[in-house]
Amino acid sequence: MDEVAIIGVAQTRYQRDNPASHAEMAYEVTRKALEDAGLTIDDIDNTVTVCNDFWDGRTISCMTITEATGSHKVPTTNVEGDGTYGALMGAMRLLSGLHEVTLVVAQSKVSEGIPAVITNAMFDPVYERSLGLDAINSSALQMRRYMSKYGITEEQCAKVSVKNHKNAKSNPYAHMPLDITVDDVLKSRVLADPIKLLDTSPVSDGACAIIMAVDEVAKKRYSKPVWIRGIGHCADAYHLGDRDLAEVDALVSAARRAYSMAGIQDPVREIDVAEVYDAFSYMELMWMEGLGFCGRGEGGAMIDSGMTGMNGALPVNPSGGVLSAHPVQAAGLARIAEAVLQLRGKADARQVEGATVALAHGIEGACGQGHCVFVLGR
Amino acid sequence: MAVSSEELGNTGTLKYPSRIRLPYTWHAGKAGSRFYQEIKDHCKIWGTKCPRCGWVYVPPRETCPRCFLDIDEWVEVGDAGTLLTYTITRYSVPGIQPHEPPYALGIIKLDGAGSGLVHLLGEIEPEDIRVGMRVQAVFREVREGNYLDIKYFKPLRS
Ligand SMILES: [Zn+2]
Repeated sequence: MDEVAIIGVAQTRYQRDNPASHAEMAYEVTRKALEDAGLTIDDIDNTVTVCNDFWDGRTISCMTITEATGSHKVPTTNVEGDGTYGALMGAMRLLSGLHEVTLVVAQSKVSEGIPAVITNAMFDPVYERSLGLDAINSSALQMRRYMSKYGITEEQCAKVSVKNHKNAKSNPYAHMPLDITVDDVLKSRVLADPIKLLDTSPVSDGACAIIMAVDEVAKKRYSKPVWIRGIGHCADAYHLGDRDLAEVDALVSAARRAYSMAGIQDPVREIDVAEVYDAFSYMELMWMEGLGFCGRGEGGAMIDSGMTGMNGALPVNPSGGVLSAHPVQAAGLARIAEAVLQLRGKADARQVEGATVALAHGIEGACGQGHCVFVLGR
Repeated sequence: MAVSSEELGNTGTLKYPSRIRLPYTWHAGKAGSRFYQEIKDHCKIWGTKCPRCGWVYVPPRETCPRCFLDIDEWVEVGDAGTLLTYTITRYSVPGIQPHEPPYALGIIKLDGAGSGLVHLLGEIEPEDIRVGMRVQAVFREVREGNYLDIKYFKPLRS
């Protein structure tokens, strides 16, 4: 479908302890995205914010940034989820025929709260919450299950961290560009076996904004806009014990929907570059499988082959991914922004040559309960 | 009074430390209430069984999330089961953790259950824990009707 285009993107540099306030970060990316699109705030006829009250430490957090996003006089809605879901809402607004240009803004100040306490609150207060489960140790349960079911090794997971932190060295927005080895990852401090410090993503503050437009506006103003070719999303069961944590059924379904809409039959051959939500190293391997880039249980062999490296057939996370910057609410939207830069040929040192089809992916909930997949092209 | 340069730090901006206090009371629902009652009064673990797919849910559910059907059949499951996965939490997060780290967590598929139960592991050294091992529930002496009435799962020695 060539009905909705992404005509502007902006990101802050991701860092721990960004001294800007929520609103200042939202304003920075709103202004830069408008500049990128060559628009003024008067051209925006609706906005979508992506705020989560727990992460932001305030109730109805979205209402505190209406001025910063220029949205206090236009229709504005909040999506409480990953930034990709904000983009999904934005695209639906345009497809409804009611609006022409949507601004989507996501921001997180992860360093202001205590991530483990906030992610502990994901879990059912009547049941598992009292076990002290959080994003790290719940993911450790998933990583162990994935490794034992499919014979994936800690070394293979570590390779993802080495690749993505190295890629981050070419991304000026990245929080954690690092030159590390597999050995460094394996010898880093064990947080929750088998997850080590360098298998995890950093505590990052930052914001991302994208501007989307309907085809008439996009075609009139821009010579070669980036189009949304397909979107799919799907969620799995809430309780960890209801799922086989080594499986990626919801992502398989989300990807199938996105590929079907985009007319993609052979994702590995047809997709040139992918930005996926690798909150932990092992997740990139699982998401490769769910996205159909390899078979079930073959994520380890795929990273071994070098196929997802910068010089491989399908580079994954040229930006350094979420492992190199994890501004929670904004992290999925940043995947879309990076995919757009790739398709414009403006990704500078992290550019994948000749990219014409890109995939961006976001997750929400514990252990990738929900997935949202975008296929973009130009 | 002027803000000191120390308060402004090297970014020239202030930080405002505070704390959110949020008392809250959750209803456990019909299924959750009976689940806890059985554990508290009889040290028995009960689940519910879907009439269509036959899946036994522990903790019990009143509707089958797969079939979207009401469930009213209650079945007792074993207090022993098989360990599907585990981790040892080695970092400290004051206020949310049931024990001082390191402490072990796992997902246990109880005998007769379809779903896994996430819980603590005890009476075992971290290096001796294995996926696939048999474990058994240890109940607290004094039970209050909550998740930690099961103290932990210990290795089942045959
Ligand atoms: Zn059923």
